Amino acid sequence: MVKFKILENFTIRLKSIKNIQKITKSMKMVAAAKYARAERQLKPARVYGTGALALYEKADIKSEDKPGKHVIIGVTSDRGLCGAIHSGVAKTIKAEIANLTGAGKEVMVVNVGDKLRGLLHRTHGKHIMLNCKEIGRKPPTFGDASVVATELLNSGYEFDQGSVIFNRFRSVISYKTDQKPLFSNDTVANAESMGVYDDIDADVLRNYQEFALVNIIYLALRESSTSEQSARMTAMDSASKNASEMIDKLTLTFNRTRQAVITKELIEIISGAAAL
Amino acid sequence: MMAARFLRRALPVLRQTRSYAEAASGAPQMSFTFASPTQVFFKEVSVKQVDVPTLTGAFGILPAHVPTLQVLRPGVVTVFGDDGSSTKYFVSSGSVTVNADSSVQLLAEEAVPLDQLDVAAAKANLEKAQTELAGASDEAARAEVQISIEANEAIVKALE
Repeated sequence: MVKFKILENFTIRLKSIKNIQKITKSMKMVAAAKYARAERQLKPARVYGTGALALYEKADIKSEDKPGKHVIIGVTSDRGLCGAIHSGVAKTIKAEIANLTGAGKEVMVVNVGDKLRGLLHRTHGKHIMLNCKEIGRKPPTFGDASVVATELLNSGYEFDQGSVIFNRFRSVISYKTDQKPLFSNDTVANAESMGVYDDIDADVLRNYQEFALVNIIYLALRESSTSEQSARMTAMDSASKNASEMIDKLTLTFNRTRQAVITKELIEIISGAAAL
Repeated sequence: MMAARFLRRALPVLRQTRSYAEAASGAPQMSFTFASPTQVFFKEVSVKQVDVPTLTGAFGILPAHVPTLQVLRPGVVTVFGDDGSSTKYFVSSGSVTVNADSSVQLLAEEAVPLDQLDVAAAKANLEKAQTELAGASDEAARAEVQISIEANEAIVKALE
């Protein structure tokens, strides 16, 4: 009967929204657990990362402003449903590419995370040098960072300077897209304040720089992972809230429709009986 | 003669002020940070001395050490605290930076306190690595096995 078809539509919709709500709720709890672990592991990683960057800050090494080769390492992950995490990094990278190509520099991009590849490859495909997958499923390790660094160093792209773009974790509800600089061996060796440092030969400097590169990538991976989990927690939380709102509204409409259907039936019966 | 006496009184006797040289304005404290990717051992702590094993040899770092960058080799790092106590750690590799402001960043790829290492396991690994060296064929494999031998030898030496 037509009336019960209408009610059936409602029940189907209600059931599917309730399922979605269950899914987003459980995703939120999983994200919360992963976030707690990521935040705990971020603390030592931050000390480690700031230690690695200390040299560049204390020796005040600045990149030279001449046309050269630039590399951008964008750090995100493979999975979505985490708010504006990936699009924030992609936006910054696109702006940087526009700036640098406008200033006549050559730019290549290393994508760490499949989502970033998806966002960039259509419009900036010719700038992409490396893609890394399987990021985000498990907490990042130092080994992961060293794989990325090794591939970059082995790619043969001799960059003069670069930057790592990632989401820096600020708090459970906030993160910020941040950049950390990378310098080539030449820039570091020729910087003025490096003369203060004693007994540095090319080999030691090269080893030191390679290690520092891995450390910076490691820091970016950890920060990015923590930001992502907290953003996913927030996103799934609002999704569950929206779903329950929809369920409430639908239930009310459903009940009203049900009552209207019953009333109509009654009226038909009564008016039919009266006609007899 | 009157003029001379007058002069003598008029001119104040210039006394040469002598004093000791200023005490060295507090020896710069060493701000020591020692961490591995997963663990922080010291964070900007003031210590007396740190001994590190580097590719160019082992050396000790005291406050006001000349700035330098070094790469670590597998070996023992000894930290002498301000109170005279010393703690030893085994590090696999990494880097050490001594800056002009006497801050030291020791970043190790893997670092463990010595008492967490098992000398029997280290000896077993060393023997295994030495037999593997005979069978290793290409450059990369040889390099890996040699790294393993070097690290295990250093562990065994540190624990004995």
